[in-house]
Amino acid sequence: MRTLWRTLDRRLIRDVAALGLAAGFVGLSFGAIAVASGLPGWAVVAMSTLVFAGGSQFMAVGMIAAGNPVAAVLGGLLLNARHFPFGMAVADVLGARWRNRLVGSHLMIDESVAFALAQPDERLRRQAYWMTGLTLFVCWNTGTVAGLALGNAVGDPATIGLDAAFPAGLLALILPGLREPAARRVAVVGAAVAVLTTPLLPAGLPVLLSLVGLVAAGVGRPRGSEPAEVPA
Amino acid sequence: MTLVIVIGLLAVGTFALRLGGAVLRGRVTLPGWARRLLPLSAIALLAALAATAACTDGGSFVGVARPAGVLVGAVLAWRRAPFIAVVVAAAVVAAGLRLLGVP
Repeated sequence: MRTLWRTLDRRLIRDVAALGLAAGFVGLSFGAIAVASGLPGWAVVAMSTLVFAGGSQFMAVGMIAAGNPVAAVLGGLLLNARHFPFGMAVADVLGARWRNRLVGSHLMIDESVAFALAQPDERLRRQAYWMTGLTLFVCWNTGTVAGLALGNAVGDPATIGLDAAFPAGLLALILPGLREPAARRVAVVGAAVAVLTTPLLPAGLPVLLSLVGLVAAGVGRPRGSEPAEVPA
Repeated sequence: MTLVIVIGLLAVGTFALRLGGAVLRGRVTLPGWARRLLPLSAIALLAALAATAACTDGGSFVGVARPAGVLVGAVLAWRRAPFIAVVVAAAVVAAGLRLLGVP
């Protein structure tokens, strides 16, 4: 363990610290928004510790507030389905020991997977994965609890503009993925479908209906030009 | 009670997806279309969630203050501003417009 920390890449530590800080602030907005939408404190904390997947937590809070718990589960799990290929990509990093697999799986998030896969060798990959996962777990949950306190103190979230902070934060989260043209088309079509059908359909359905935006991914893409696969 | 079930299903399901991928590696290969569509469907869902949260509330369209705040945040995010700047700017614009009497 000592050698592990001594040889840790300095740049890695700096990057992970920046990510942790950002996660803390996203967690803070999650806690404040969740409590403002009427969720009890224990449920907000339980989500951050037990689910530990920001996007699906935001989605579940939105759908529970809208009165559609089935869509909360469906939407959240659909969103988290990307963790299945993530798991395949970092299987070597987690190794064959069950203790590492069980704990490491819970720390599997976009950031820990991306950071691990960006490292040049096995040892750094392992360090990056665990350091990012553990740091973000602590920051995310600390942020959530702080957000709970903030939300309880403020009362109506609209007074301090929290209702605008939530979608803006979500956009900032998905923006790196939108640099790819196909992803941009999918996002625009999906968002348009959801907004336009919101006044017509029961709560929760419009967001799920955004998946029809996936057909836009293929438009203008010549056959056989598959994007790069997840590196193994 | 509903809350316990929702959070429980979400937690167990998410963990199963994470562990499943790590354990089944080598025994199952995900078809190419699934590898491509999974990240894209996450983007579709999150974009839809952001858009509906920005423009609607309880099934009807909201006033100007909230979408205006979100728009400012989105522009900042596009220009690669730090996350906290994006969130705070969106909140300040929306709250400021409301102070000025804009719905």
